[in-house]
Amino acid sequence: MSGFRLETGGRVDRSQPVQFSFDGKSYQGFAGDSLASALLANGVMLFGRSFKYHRPRGLVAAGSEEPNALISVHRGPGRFTPNLRATGVEIHDGLNATSQNRWPSLAMDFGAINDRLGMFFPAGFYNKTFMWPRSFWDRVYEPAIRKIAGLGDAPTAEDPDVYASTYAHCDLLIIGAGPAGIDAALGAMDTNKRIVLIDEQDELGGGALADPALWPWLERSVKALTEAPNVTILNRTTAFGYYHDNFIGAVQRLTDHLPDITDAPREKLWRIRAGEVVLAQGAIERPLVFDGNDTPGVMLSSAAKVYANRYGVAVGKALTLMASHDSGWHDVFALAKAGLGISAIIDVRESVDSALMLEAERLGITIHLHHGVVGVNGRHGVTSVDICNYGDQRVHRVETDALLMAGGWTPSVHLWSHSKGSLKWRDDLGAYVPDQPNENVHCVGGCSGDWDFGTGAVVDALPTPKDQSRIKAFVDFQNDVTAKDIKLAVREGFRSIEHIKRYTTNGMATDQGKTSNLNGLQIASSALNKPVPDIGLTSFRPPYTPQTFGALAGHAKGALFQPTRTTNIDSWAEEHSAIFELVAQWRRARYFPKSGEDMHAAVNRECVAVRSSVGIFDASTLGKIEVVGPDAAEFLNRMYTNPWKALEPGRCRYGLLLKEDGFITDDGVSARLAPDRFHLTTTTGGAARVLNMMEDYLQTEWPDLDVWLTSTTEQYAVIALQGPNARKVLEPLVEGIDLSAEAFPHMAIREGTICGLETRLFRVSFTGELGFEINVPTAFGRAVWEQLMAQGAQYDITPYGTEAMHVLRAEKGFIIVGQDTDGTVTPFDAGLDWAVGKKKPDFVGKRSMARPDIVAPGRKQLVGLLTDDPNVVLEEGAQIVADPNQPIPMTMIGHVTSSYWSETLGRSIAMALVAGGHDMTGGTLHIPMPGKTHTAKVSGVVFYDPEGARLHV
Amino acid sequence: MILIHCPYCDEKRPEIEFANAGQAHIARPFDPSGQSDADWEAYLFIRANPRGRHHERWRHVHGCGRFFNAVRDTVTDKFETTYKAGEPRR
Repeated sequence: MSGFRLETGGRVDRSQPVQFSFDGKSYQGFAGDSLASALLANGVMLFGRSFKYHRPRGLVAAGSEEPNALISVHRGPGRFTPNLRATGVEIHDGLNATSQNRWPSLAMDFGAINDRLGMFFPAGFYNKTFMWPRSFWDRVYEPAIRKIAGLGDAPTAEDPDVYASTYAHCDLLIIGAGPAGIDAALGAMDTNKRIVLIDEQDELGGGALADPALWPWLERSVKALTEAPNVTILNRTTAFGYYHDNFIGAVQRLTDHLPDITDAPREKLWRIRAGEVVLAQGAIERPLVFDGNDTPGVMLSSAAKVYANRYGVAVGKALTLMASHDSGWHDVFALAKAGLGISAIIDVRESVDSALMLEAERLGITIHLHHGVVGVNGRHGVTSVDICNYGDQRVHRVETDALLMAGGWTPSVHLWSHSKGSLKWRDDLGAYVPDQPNENVHCVGGCSGDWDFGTGAVVDALPTPKDQSRIKAFVDFQNDVTAKDIKLAVREGFRSIEHIKRYTTNGMATDQGKTSNLNGLQIASSALNKPVPDIGLTSFRPPYTPQTFGALAGHAKGALFQPTRTTNIDSWAEEHSAIFELVAQWRRARYFPKSGEDMHAAVNRECVAVRSSVGIFDASTLGKIEVVGPDAAEFLNRMYTNPWKALEPGRCRYGLLLKEDGFITDDGVSARLAPDRFHLTTTTGGAARVLNMMEDYLQTEWPDLDVWLTSTTEQYAVIALQGPNARKVLEPLVEGIDLSAEAFPHMAIREGTICGLETRLFRVSFTGELGFEINVPTAFGRAVWEQLMAQGAQYDITPYGTEAMHVLRAEKGFIIVGQDTDGTVTPFDAGLDWAVGKKKPDFVGKRSMARPDIVAPGRKQLVGLLTDDPNVVLEEGAQIVADPNQPIPMTMIGHVTSSYWSETLGRSIAMALVAGGHDMTGGTLHIPMPGKTHTAKVSGVVFYDPEGARLHV
Repeated sequence: MILIHCPYCDEKRPEIEFANAGQAHIARPFDPSGQSDADWEAYLFIRANPRGRHHERWRHVHGCGRFFNAVRDTVTDKFETTYKAGEPRR
């Protein structure tokens, strides 16, 4: 085959030549050409190499079902798109496209050796061959297979393009702007419905674009729809998925067809909620299955008609039709009318409609009824075909340069299937058609099985007298699956099409079997001797055609991938060289290195500063909930483990929150501001979860309680001032609060002003030192912080980060929920019995603490670990064993939950969850780590100032 | 994306505004401490896993914040009805 541009005809603009390149060679086409039609017009017939056998491949189709002609488009750094169908790429000046899966070149492909070795690559080849030895899987087989297999290369540079995203709502969404879709839009246009009409091509019209007789109608219709104020037309837009409640995802391609790259969005993702959906997706012609049906120059007859009538391109000089369906005859008549040479019509049927016979005879076309193609000659292009007379089994040769296949039609039920609409089998069509809808949707035109293409015979593979083992009759062109592979799968015991599909990979390529599924079903049905509906149907899933990650990600990438929550003091930390870490979505300062310091040195310095003078810490991320109402104390009494009703206003309490299963879920210090008002704090990561849990109990279990919960996390900036000099730093800035130890003891709260701002001042400590937590309105956080820094300069006030905070609290044995607990730790396991109100009749989790499993011995309990070598800092997460000499796998009795170097103590400290740990104090445990097994003594968890003398000053 | 009717807002809203909160109509015993181990186990852990009609709790967490009850078909993922907390089982 060698295609060429016809003298006349087509919708391309011959006054607008377009220069583009393919595989480095320059070509000219016309405005309105696809890359496929423009290359075809230039005589190019080789478009790619096949996936497995590297066989030369040309165009099969003219639309988005094209399985072979996958190409890459290069638009400069980062703008590289692989695996585009050449049939859907509009050419523009400077378009730079390349073929794929070939080396060193498309015409001379080294990988084609696979085709000669094809007998060694049957279905399941990889599974059967690359089993042994096990060690070869990762190092030899997989890298080698990855190198050979595949299509386009993955892009390596970051995509610089911008992708837009929008929501839309309409009363009527019509998907597909062929004649059926346009008719549906015209029919609804004069109502007051908001209508959206979507089509994947650049031009509306679908099949009408290949039928010049319909062009005047098309022009009138498109004009009317364009002018209608209630109709939105989205062309170059692919509805790729149909989701619940008429929610449709579509991608609109905005700039790929333009020669110049601008900063305009490349694509736009539409999320459309429609009252009613009309699917007018049309139908896809089926190839026929015979030896050599993948030779360049063998294509769908409907595609040849599109190339001639829409693009003014002939696919060859002497065309032959291989048909099992009337539609091919009509196509050939249209091609003859367009001036193409037709050498023969071959049809598997013994008789066809006499009107077709008469028309073919009138056009002087040779007819071979009850014949089938059994061989295609020519490797890079058809030179002739061998056809077999099914009556006497004689084979003879027909000279031709293009073989057209007309195997009948498959309704495009893709989106219908996404919507979970049911399908019914139609023997006369050899296809599934839509049956019962699952949403407010209906199908019109070709995708409903309603068409005027005539009738046909349903066949699987064309019969052939050839030795079956020596032929390659392709079913799935893109994944290189042959009829033989499907029959082999059946012989090896596969019965369901779902299994046959996965074993052979039929229909599993990027085209999701648009041209192959039904042929695969028919062949499996024949091999199993069962009707098609009995062997099942594979599911179509989104996307209808491959979409870019860019379109789906939209703006949600880089810094916008997810929000970063920052405190009012964050900018100060950034200006003072803080190293940050993410805690949930919060960005928190981890430590503040001075020049030359590593993390270890900085954290040691920060810890010593807190213990010896004063440190300052941004605690704004702590979750805060305001609990208000006459029943507030009763509510908290039921939620937390400890008693709350007797807590006096002005005092604080450590609250331990369990889930109903008795396990610790959160903790925090909370304050009673007034009889009916509490200020709760939660962990940084647990704030939303705790509020949800409290709302749940309040709304659904105790709706009689008069309590209101309000998240106030973001209303307050919180500054922790910790260390023996904390009071001295604070005193000059505070008004209205007596800071003396007698008037303002540990675990108390006072309201007053600081730097003239209203404050809720907590006297609390997560470090074991004299400490205050200063709550001020968020907007003033940094201002107050800077005042404290200035005031503290004389005491060498030191900002510290989360890392030092962790060390300081571990020295005091304060747990971090989620680090020292893991959702299976009770208050007793954690050594927090003191925080459980024994006399309370009920609280959330109380009953579960008496469950048999919870009271049974041997539970993992929180203990301290002191390594025998004080310089060894255990790894957090390291496993613990009782006997290091036991055989592997050892019995692991626990793990290290927290482990730090304590500069204050001059040694390492650790906490661990160990089975029966509370009874092991003083005993030795073993911690295997890379290189060495360390030994440690079990201790209590409070390593520093166990009497708490430093707090009460 | 499913549309869910919030019985408090009386509007159908996209499911991203909602959070599932497990099986509905499981009341916390009035006196948990008086429960036998078996009864407490049933309350705490034992849940239905029906094929078809399922009573669930949902929260309009990014809307009005209210918990409500729903009947959802676990096969089709369609909501049959939603109703306010405290109303009788439907």
